[in-house]
Amino acid sequence: MVMPQIKEAVNVPDMPQSDNAVVARGISKTYGEVEALRDLSLEFPRGQLTSLLGPSGCGKTTLLKIIAGLLKPNSGEIEVNGKPVKGPGPDRAFVFQDFALMPWANVLRNVAFGLELRGVATSEREAIAEKYIAEVGLAGFEKSYPHQLSGGMRQRVGLARALSVDADVLLMDEPFSAVDEQTRRKFQEDLLNLVQHENKTFIFVTHSIEEAVYVSDQIAILLPRPSRVSEIIRPTDLRHKNVDNIRRDPEYLDIVDSIWASLRSYVE
Amino acid sequence: MTLFGYRLPAMSSLILWALVWEIIGRLDLTFFVPPLSEVLVTLTSVIGTAPFLKALSETAQAFGAGVAASVLIGIPVGILMGKNRLIDELLLPWVNMFLSAPLTALVPVLMVLFGFGMKSIIITTTLFAIWIIILNARAGVLQINRSLVEMARSYGANPFQAFYKIYFWAALPEILGGVRIGVIRAVKGVIIGQLLISIVGFGALFELYANNFLMAHFWAVLIVLFALAFSVSEILAYLERRVSYYAASR
Repeated sequence: MVMPQIKEAVNVPDMPQSDNAVVARGISKTYGEVEALRDLSLEFPRGQLTSLLGPSGCGKTTLLKIIAGLLKPNSGEIEVNGKPVKGPGPDRAFVFQDFALMPWANVLRNVAFGLELRGVATSEREAIAEKYIAEVGLAGFEKSYPHQLSGGMRQRVGLARALSVDADVLLMDEPFSAVDEQTRRKFQEDLLNLVQHENKTFIFVTHSIEEAVYVSDQIAILLPRPSRVSEIIRPTDLRHKNVDNIRRDPEYLDIVDSIWASLRSYVE
Repeated sequence: MTLFGYRLPAMSSLILWALVWEIIGRLDLTFFVPPLSEVLVTLTSVIGTAPFLKALSETAQAFGAGVAASVLIGIPVGILMGKNRLIDELLLPWVNMFLSAPLTALVPVLMVLFGFGMKSIIITTTLFAIWIIILNARAGVLQINRSLVEMARSYGANPFQAFYKIYFWAALPEILGGVRIGVIRAVKGVIIGQLLISIVGFGALFELYANNFLMAHFWAVLIVLFALAFSVSEILAYLERRVSYYAASR
């Protein structure tokens, strides 16, 4: 097994060693003949946002779905809060690339759906859902249906649904790739706020280098065929800087450049 | 449609065809076609009579029972076939065979098996309606957005919850389309069953009128049946349009 080289973008010697919410150990996954993941190990520190970054077909979504318990690995295991993952569980919530909203249900029911499946009483779950609908900025749209909302608003519904089940770990599968650029930037800012204020662990799949550097505490770069972690980057220093200035910070630009340098040879 | 600058109301072509019928009837070409006006007069006199009401209620019962059985069995079976590969492989050839089979030929066999009564008619109705309902429910499930299913699983839905909270609703536009066609076929089934068994419902009535050359009565009952079948189909088409708004956005 090749150990990933851990490269600290900036040295912060007295950084407290946080424990891990999620640990992946020796995960392998094949689809028939195709080897998607080979012996992949990765740790996801609690309360932080870890990005899985890589070119398309590098298995990052596969890894996310294995963590979610939606796919079974051929070998290896996932631990969430120290317990091995057997399938989907209440400790994890998923945000889907294509939103995965029920078109026949209004915003309120969509957001409350996770609680509905757990048998939470109607009044209670709707109160919780309303709180998170307001939190993601959709107050007033409770009775709207998904087809009446824009792409960005639909993903806010998906996010509110994931938040309302109060899971420790939020799994986000390219959540902003189907929304327009302006909305995407707003989302990224909101996400940084969320990471700061909600005590949750975020695992974030993206193929955008800029996005990963902008939002992440830790970036795992996956290289394809078969996927393995080639590098882990922690843009630790950026997290202490003003959100408004990150995009013109020289350090931000350096990290984006260095990631591009290591990925470019894998882009056809 | 507009004609010479006048806007014609919907279905005004029916007036033309009614006129053609009336004229042919008045020409006395054949006893088989009495004038439409005579048929309509007979219709009003027949419609309140005890034999007619008895036939109507017997037909409605057989039709209702047959459609209920087709829907209650057909939709879950179709959804299961869409979800489960093994069940699909086992049942699909039979469903396809029965969908295209000349079911009328089976009715005599059913009569032998289930007797000359309502039971055979209900089963005939079900056999006419159920296959297209199964196939459409199956097709509806096969096109469900995968991530909707993954969403339900990841938020902890058990298979039963996934079935009635996701699969049923996601496939509803196709299911309703199948039910509409199934119901139209059920109308055929219930009438064919009654005609072949011919001692209950409209079958008995048709037999009576035809044997006594009461053509106006015959046509009157036929018009009632056509109108009923058309109304049922239109009501279902309306329901289908109400859910089709989300068919595109799954």
